[in-house]
Amino acid sequence: MGVFTRGFAGRRRTDENLPPGQYLTEDFPVLSAGPTPRIDTGTWEFAIGTETGARHTWSWSQLMALPSEEPTVDLHCVTKWSKLGTRWRGVSLDVLLEDVESEGEFAVAHSYGGYTTNMPLADLTDGQAWIAFEYDGEPLDPEHGGPARLLVPHLYLWKSAKWVRGLTLSLDDEPGFWETAGYHNYGDPWREQRYWGD
Amino acid sequence: MTDLALRRLTWRVATVLEVRPEGAEARTLVLDVPDWPGHRPGQHVDVRLTAEDGYTAQRSYSIASAADGSTVELTVQALADGEVSSYLVGIAEPGDRFELRGPVGGYFTWDPEDPSPVLLVGGGSGLVPLMSMIRVRAAEGSRVPFRLIYSTRDPQTAFYPGELLRRVRDDHGLDVTLVYTRAVPEGWPRPPGRLDARTLTEAGWPADFAPSCFVCGPTGFVEVVANLLVAAGHAPQRVKTERFGPSR
Repeated sequence: MGVFTRGFAGRRRTDENLPPGQYLTEDFPVLSAGPTPRIDTGTWEFAIGTETGARHTWSWSQLMALPSEEPTVDLHCVTKWSKLGTRWRGVSLDVLLEDVESEGEFAVAHSYGGYTTNMPLADLTDGQAWIAFEYDGEPLDPEHGGPARLLVPHLYLWKSAKWVRGLTLSLDDEPGFWETAGYHNYGDPWREQRYWGD
Repeated sequence: MTDLALRRLTWRVATVLEVRPEGAEARTLVLDVPDWPGHRPGQHVDVRLTAEDGYTAQRSYSIASAADGSTVELTVQALADGEVSSYLVGIAEPGDRFELRGPVGGYFTWDPEDPSPVLLVGGGSGLVPLMSMIRVRAAEGSRVPFRLIYSTRDPQTAFYPGELLRRVRDDHGLDVTLVYTRAVPEGWPRPPGRLDARTLTEAGWPADFAPSCFVCGPTGFVEVVANLLVAAGHAPQRVKTERFGPSR
């Protein structure tokens, strides 16, 4: 700490909505660890499983029939970019979890393609998370996680699993793909929880 | 991966030892980072610059070098309006200091113990983490067959041209195919053009060989290449990608 970098002035394009260590971008960068899966909404399914083995499923048309919301949220990627005021449409997890009975305090999101990410269940409820299927008024592009992705904007964006296919609720916390590869288990951008130990 | 997961990533002070131009728009910075814990090829670091009044800016950069004591090399492309890259490419000189932490990223890495053939496909500055893999392969005396397909705009912006030529000659089992998208060197047998399915087939590995594929570059480039590899029969989980920049 306390090392000044000679000759560096910086751009200072700051914003009170920008968490520490982040910079603003107008673009929508893509970060994925593998090829983009192509999922047909005709066979798409979303499932919530619980610690008892119960399983609740929704087809695409069933999801579309649920009441949706249009959240406008800020996105913060652990690779340092933030994009403010993004417009989405999706079904609140509160709606999907309404009839799910679970003692579990933790959730793992699963994606088509095999990706996983974990978070406390409390971070998915009370209007904090959605299964999102439209971005900026258009169907969600596969590159950005279409046909549907998890949207949990108060955590770093790797928690907002693209190509989401389900949630598993459990009594124990089970670290996901990036969380086992050195990234922070919780990932709060305002506490700059990028990596283990942050 | 557990070694990485359990190690806290602390900020360290890096001192610039040397700078080298890397084509017309990029630069390699050779850094001395005391107590550097080492890294695996494909990992990256976070760089933090601090202005005199305490203002800071952070960005991530891939490591270009093989692990070698306290020396870490980054190759940085100057981006238009790049707050940190413009400093690293245009201003930093030997003796200058900034903060760095890492290594970060346990997925887009090559394991020298893995005997599978390797296909590296890099677009522009996406060559950097792949170059680290090529350098580690040589440093470890590995005989794992490597094929690199490197797509670059023109000869002026290509990274490491001399080293790649030398390695093709000296590193047995390394093949390199260059694809120029805008302008080709004099006497080049093909007109400029984008990397296509045919070149990937001819210069890559058959899917039956189940190679480890590493694709790194701008988002659009990686999307196209990863989709072509999957269409050619490569298992999606064998195709590891690292994307940068905006989508379209």
